[in-house]
Amino acid sequence: MASIDSGGDGGGHKKGPGVKKAKKMSTKVDMTPMVDLGFLLITFFIFTSTMSQPTAMNLFMPKDVDKPEDQNKVKESGAFTIMLGKDDVVYYYQGLDPTQIQTATFKSIREEIIRKKQSTNPEDLVMIIKPTEDATYKNTVDILDEMTINEIKRYAMVDISDTEMQLIRATEAAAGIK
Amino acid sequence: MPSVKLKKHAPDNDMTPFVDIAFLILSFFIMATKFKPEEPVEVTTPNSVSSQALPEKDAFMVSIDKDGRVFVSMDNPQARQLLISNLNTTRNLGLTPAEIKNFINAPSVGVPFSQMKSLLSLDPEDENNKNAIKAQPGIPCADSTGGELYYWVRDALVAYSGKKLNLLIKSDNSTKYPAFKNVLNAFKKNDQNKFLLVTSPEDAPAGSALFVTRQKQISGGK
Repeated sequence: MASIDSGGDGGGHKKGPGVKKAKKMSTKVDMTPMVDLGFLLITFFIFTSTMSQPTAMNLFMPKDVDKPEDQNKVKESGAFTIMLGKDDVVYYYQGLDPTQIQTATFKSIREEIIRKKQSTNPEDLVMIIKPTEDATYKNTVDILDEMTINEIKRYAMVDISDTEMQLIRATEAAAGIK
Repeated sequence: MPSVKLKKHAPDNDMTPFVDIAFLILSFFIMATKFKPEEPVEVTTPNSVSSQALPEKDAFMVSIDKDGRVFVSMDNPQARQLLISNLNTTRNLGLTPAEIKNFINAPSVGVPFSQMKSLLSLDPEDENNKNAIKAQPGIPCADSTGGELYYWVRDALVAYSGKKLNLLIKSDNSTKYPAFKNVLNAFKKNDQNKFLLVTSPEDAPAGSALFVTRQKQISGGK
């Protein structure tokens, strides 16, 4: 295939009648099948390999405490609660009053976090993450990632309270999320 | 004008460099490849900006698939052996040595203790058993005590006593949060509060605080 027989080789000398011409064998090896095989194997290895190595993300959970006095108190001025709802919607409120609930998306929550970070004393700033039952694992990782991206030093992942859950349900109903 | 006669060349292109390159690339891929291990769970991990490499040794991995089924796996065969023999005695699984050996070679396991024996008695090489191995119901962990996963974690810690065990949680993008919380609960019941979440790498978004810090680290390092 790679070498086309042009018929020009070895036809030079003529021998007498009756003398059989010894066929000269070419020393060239046709490499084409070898290349074929090589590339076949390459494609196989490309498809089966896992190139990007997974990374690990640290997650530290607080120890469960029995007595409420042992828990850290959050200053009202520094608290910022983020709740993860259905359909990748984020709800947040500042301070400790859940009725101040506001809606955001995963794109716009970053601006809110940055705004809160700039306007608050870094000593007091605490982000509280409350995933609801409808939140996915991706949402959880995304919001934890958001903490890393914006270098929020203090954040906690806690369970959602009933009042907050009801507020989210009401907001979801108003926004038409089923 | 004398006409210059061109010598007739055979249209023969030398394939040798081509072969050289092909096999160079081939050997690169052979060396760089790590085969995807065949798992009964299919999990697409979310992205994160975390740049920490995943520890490959001394890992106890809990995988949660998109339906919330929970699977466990361990890398070290010796620890696996310890883990299964501990569970065998404490949970009265009644496993034979052949079934224990089967567990040591199994990729990841996700059945309640009651079905453990029937799962491990299957020959993993047999094609007919592939579906049964794929259709494992997951380890029950949906209560406040952590369910059966609690015992898995406890005995894994026993098998690793004295050494640091990395607790990995690998979960699918669309896994619901309660499934993840149940797993965390089982770990918490064992006083384990440090986890590593398996994610795919991603760059820090341009302009963010982390991006700025990383840029500083890069320029400061030079």
